[in-house]
Amino acid sequence: MLDKLKKNKDILKIKEGDNLLELECDKNNILSVLKKLKENDDFIFDQLLDITAVDNPSRECRFDLVYIIQSLKKNKKLILKTFLKENDTIETIISVHKAADWYERECYDLFGIEFKNHPDLRRIMTDYNFEGHPLRKDFPLTGHTEVRYDDLEKKVIYEPVKLSQEFRDFDSESPWEGMNNNLIGDEKSEIKKD
Amino acid sequence: MKEVELNTTTINFGPQHPAAHGVLRLVVELEGEVVKRAEPHIGLLHRGTEKLIEYKTYLQAVPYFDRLDYVSPMCQEHAFALATENLLNIEVPMRAKFIRVIFAEVTRILNHLLNIPAYAADIGAVTPFLWCFEEREKLLEFHEAVSGARFHAAYFRPGGVHQDMPEGMEEKLFHHFKTLPKFIDDLEELLTNNRILRQRSVDIGIISKKEAIEWGCSGPVLRSSGVAWDLRRSQPYDAYDQVEFDIPVGKKGDCFDRYLVRIEEIRQSITIINQCLNKIKPGAISVEDNKITPPKRNQMKKSMEALIHHFKLFTEGYRVPEGQTYTAVEAPKGEFGVFLVSDGSSKPYRCKIRAPGFAHLQILDNLSKGHLMADIAAILGSLDIVFGEIDR
Repeated sequence: MLDKLKKNKDILKIKEGDNLLELECDKNNILSVLKKLKENDDFIFDQLLDITAVDNPSRECRFDLVYIIQSLKKNKKLILKTFLKENDTIETIISVHKAADWYERECYDLFGIEFKNHPDLRRIMTDYNFEGHPLRKDFPLTGHTEVRYDDLEKKVIYEPVKLSQEFRDFDSESPWEGMNNNLIGDEKSEIKKD
Repeated sequence: MKEVELNTTTINFGPQHPAAHGVLRLVVELEGEVVKRAEPHIGLLHRGTEKLIEYKTYLQAVPYFDRLDYVSPMCQEHAFALATENLLNIEVPMRAKFIRVIFAEVTRILNHLLNIPAYAADIGAVTPFLWCFEEREKLLEFHEAVSGARFHAAYFRPGGVHQDMPEGMEEKLFHHFKTLPKFIDDLEELLTNNRILRQRSVDIGIISKKEAIEWGCSGPVLRSSGVAWDLRRSQPYDAYDQVEFDIPVGKKGDCFDRYLVRIEEIRQSITIINQCLNKIKPGAISVEDNKITPPKRNQMKKSMEALIHHFKLFTEGYRVPEGQTYTAVEAPKGEFGVFLVSDGSSKPYRCKIRAPGFAHLQILDNLSKGHLMADIAAILGSLDIVFGEIDR
């Protein structure tokens, strides 16, 4: 299977684990790659398990879009990765995997990734009329609004978040590990292992 | 101008309806009593678990998994523990593996003992609900005995389990699972040949083999469609490669098949537990590396180093090498997976949770088209929907 994957020019990078294959491909080829993986008798990756994203704000291609698919016949799982810039859109894969519908909606909701030609790209997880994309790294953990029941107006109202206590984000990571020893004579303190 | 008369009624099913199994809002378009369209609105229980986990250390993330599918807590901790161990590249001791398998199966029985009577209650039978809750309570006592909590156990931790089973636990489990098959027989007597249950569930909500695979179904829903797929068998984790069990499969993929598959799974779980109890031997219950698992309490009273380890583990946590993994377990509801990305720090960079119910709820519209309104309750019940895991 691995050799046949290597022959495919659309696949940029291949890594093999025990039960898990990791591939990378260009975002424009996503549909054709997934189609080949599904329909070719050597692979038969016919079950879509998940679509998700990872946000790396410091990189130019901010989002890693991750497709997790599975072949029941070959007993293999596969992670297909592609990279997107902040305002990039990507083709929907509903034509290949029907199950992609809700997963793409979820990605759109939580990360703000737009899927072209998706029949019903609405928010799915967050509240009606919610603003922002919560799983982006620049979205605060506490969110922007909070709700409460207003006795006078007799309805639930939205207000900006007020924290009665400062948000506690302790940095407990030890500063010692990984520090470069630039001080003269410090090398003597290191224990020689051999 | 010609006037077109629409004969459809649109109604809201939920979010506060006992048969909606939690906070499902279903917008149903009806023509008479026949369902034309059923559109689920989910997210009413969205708590941002994935976001919260990014701000917690690996150990602190464990309890969030209990609160996803709150009917089968330990199986989900299992997925997270395995994913973290995968990244840490450690192997847990044999005893821990057996304990995990035993309690994953206890959890599976617990889950099915809730789903089956809840399904029966949805279509009109009340007695099984009362019977099963009594039986569940006995099993929950085992949960409590090992972890101190009936539901939110936080018992399976990366590196092993939190503590060893109390003395005499093995015998107690052994005796209990001698009596349970009799209870399952009694339960079946009430339900399996019950005329009303059959009328309400045979040929209702049929999922074909092809559809089940295409829509990402897993667990009992996939198996009832005739696909003999079980992660415990095909990609065994922990001690599942050392036990023998059968995989029940259905023929038609209707609600009744899903019910039968679950009943048989309980019986299989009992045999798995019995095999584990025969094979389990005394030994360590977590990796003996104090960089990952905390030292024993009595060591901390004497050893400075143990105290430092304890302090560092519960403030900073352990660092997990950079990398990514997708690790899945066969949870009672289906394939529960964790996609974990680590950036080398002591907190997960990203933790995506793959909930089986999410995929199952997606096909509800397909399944309920053309059925009667009352069948929606039956279909929902048979899919085993729990909103904790779907909304996350």
